[in-house]
Amino acid sequence: MFYQGEKSVWLGVLLLSLCSNAAYAQINVFACEPEWAALTQELGGSAVKVYSATTAQQDPHHIQARPSLIAKVRRADLLVCTGAELEVGWLPLLLRRSGNGNIQPNRPGHFMAADHITLLEKPAVLDRSLGDIHAAGNPHFHFDPYRILQIAKALTTRMAKIDPANNDLYQKNGLDFSRKWSQAITQWEQQFRALRGRRIVVSHNSWVYLEQWLGLKKVATLEPKPGIPPSSTHLSKVLAELKQNPAEMILVADYQSDKSARWLAQKTALPVVGLPFSVAEKESLMQWFDRFLNQLLEAVP
Amino acid sequence: MHKTLLMAAITATLFNSNMVFAESETDSIKQQLDALKKDYEQRIQALEARQLKRDSNLKKVKVKSALTNTSRPVSTGSNTFNPAISLILDGRYARFDNGPENYELPGFALAGEAGLGEKGLSIGHSELIISANIDDKFYGKMTLALAEHEGATEVELEEAFIQALGLGNGMTVKAGRFFSAIGYLNKQHAHYWDFADAPLIYRGLFGNQLIDDGLQFTYIAPTDTFLQLGAEALSGSRHPASGRTNGIGAWTAFADIGGDIGIEHSWQLGLSHWQANEIEGRESGGHAAHGGAAETPSFTGDSKINALDLVYKWAPNGNPKNQSLKLQFEYFDRKENGTVSMLNSGPPVETTSYDGHQKGWYAQAIYQFKPQWRAGLRYDQLDSNSTGSDVAVLGEAGLDNEGHTPKRTSAMLEWLPSEFSRVRLQYNRDDSYEKTDNQLLLQYTMSLGSHGAHQF
Repeated sequence: MFYQGEKSVWLGVLLLSLCSNAAYAQINVFACEPEWAALTQELGGSAVKVYSATTAQQDPHHIQARPSLIAKVRRADLLVCTGAELEVGWLPLLLRRSGNGNIQPNRPGHFMAADHITLLEKPAVLDRSLGDIHAAGNPHFHFDPYRILQIAKALTTRMAKIDPANNDLYQKNGLDFSRKWSQAITQWEQQFRALRGRRIVVSHNSWVYLEQWLGLKKVATLEPKPGIPPSSTHLSKVLAELKQNPAEMILVADYQSDKSARWLAQKTALPVVGLPFSVAEKESLMQWFDRFLNQLLEAVP
Repeated sequence: MHKTLLMAAITATLFNSNMVFAESETDSIKQQLDALKKDYEQRIQALEARQLKRDSNLKKVKVKSALTNTSRPVSTGSNTFNPAISLILDGRYARFDNGPENYELPGFALAGEAGLGEKGLSIGHSELIISANIDDKFYGKMTLALAEHEGATEVELEEAFIQALGLGNGMTVKAGRFFSAIGYLNKQHAHYWDFADAPLIYRGLFGNQLIDDGLQFTYIAPTDTFLQLGAEALSGSRHPASGRTNGIGAWTAFADIGGDIGIEHSWQLGLSHWQANEIEGRESGGHAAHGGAAETPSFTGDSKINALDLVYKWAPNGNPKNQSLKLQFEYFDRKENGTVSMLNSGPPVETTSYDGHQKGWYAQAIYQFKPQWRAGLRYDQLDSNSTGSDVAVLGEAGLDNEGHTPKRTSAMLEWLPSEFSRVRLQYNRDDSYEKTDNQLLLQYTMSLGSHGAHQF
């Protein structure tokens, strides 16, 4: 009897310890794209376990609701995605099939980056003859460091709301990130001043935010319409335009087919710059920015 | 006792070391944080002010060309339309060597929409799909199909269901009319299929597709590997149940398991079972029999179907936009027990006992070799072995396999100008019955309105 009493005291303390320790259990984050996975990891540190649904090599428009993704969403406490219809083909299906109430729209676990910033290129007319356009605006805003800063702030608040036990950690990491990122912006703007005013040809309209930030000038687009592969007639038109209005480089996302870009490069002797469209595995947001900015600078004649 | 307390203390310390640390240093950290916060907030504000200035400068420039192109923060709604509305337009040209009215599938009593469809130019199902999240707890969807049947336009309610979203713990409930979760293709709309027609086994068992009214429950296990278990309670009022029972006329149970192998490969394996115990007067063969007073076979008894499906997909770098491969295999096995009578025969009405066994499979491969082009191959094969007290009646009912093994080989080529349009050319060498039929189909399927889902 006495022995049993001892045992239960011990057990009780052990249980209590486990319970209080549960506050330190990691929250599961499902990020739709690697840039948001990297950002969440930076803000959450050891308090989060982040899974990225896509890699930098995948086109986030064209993902299928694979069984493995359903299994991941099922266990997620927080969803961090781009929004603005970028994931419209697969995310709603994952949400419906997941049986997870925490990450449904309008719940705290449903974080769409686009909801916290303003978007460029919101179309005035919605017509599919214009290609695969996004009604909410251009969703490739992860190339704008200022918008990333805004999103980081909103995401910090959201993470603290979902996991109040780690509030201090998130606030501290959030401030650290803002400080480092702000310094980096200033430095990038110094270091890559030479890019200002550079004239570029793009393959898909995915670079508006980068163009705006760095002051690049888009002179032509290889896709006749968003999401429609370049046709030979359109390409010869672009070639003719470039004779009148020359460019300095051709920009493609490195997951895209660069066949038409290569064709144009052959005809015009312009360099093709295949930029990583997102963060690589085990890379931080800052390293990724450094990497693609340097790649751009190297291509400057 | 002392020892125990000591152990307890150690345990508590060990497990809560972070917390002890946190409490003792909280104040100083908080002070540091506050100081940092002030500093950085000023910096961030300065940066934001810079960005605002840049944005507004840009806006001034752009205002000349367009009214505005900087949007307000968007709401969480995932699409422009609330509810999401889409319309599917479908049409085809068909050329058959044999008359489609002579079509039969020996050993299988055809019913529902089973058959080749019309020859020449015709429109298929035009479908209107309306769906939306009703609130944060429910989703609703309705699909109306308009089809031409012998000169008259018929409206068919294909789907009308609600689905609970926020049950949590991996649970989902669906109620209403929906595509049953048996097999793999059955869950998808026919316009998502990779061929213009249903696999022969779907034609033979379900009259192309199994739709029913009822309840569906699914559970997803909290594992890294996808594991889904589910069951359906169905009214059983539609083929192949067609039972006139009250309450639950049919039920299903299913399990799916799936996952990724690296980044480029993914797979799914499904097992499913459908059962109806009290089928009463299931009619079939109405389509095939023409001329005179049609004698219609009517089945009463029980029916069980077991199915296995396997899907494998590959895409270079896991990016299916430019290039991908999909392999798909399904196998169905049906056993039935009861009696078959020929309505409008006799008197006396011709009747036989019936011990039915039908099975079949198909395998297909679809290769997307360019962003806008896909090619595919499919092979179908069926088999049946049914017995009864009166072989002649079985033969009349189309349940005798006539010593023939139905099979079919199909090839298709698709052009997809965008995600919303598709033109398909398909050729079948169809040995459903003794006389080989060469079939050529040219089909378009277009979708207007909201963006469809990329199903696995």
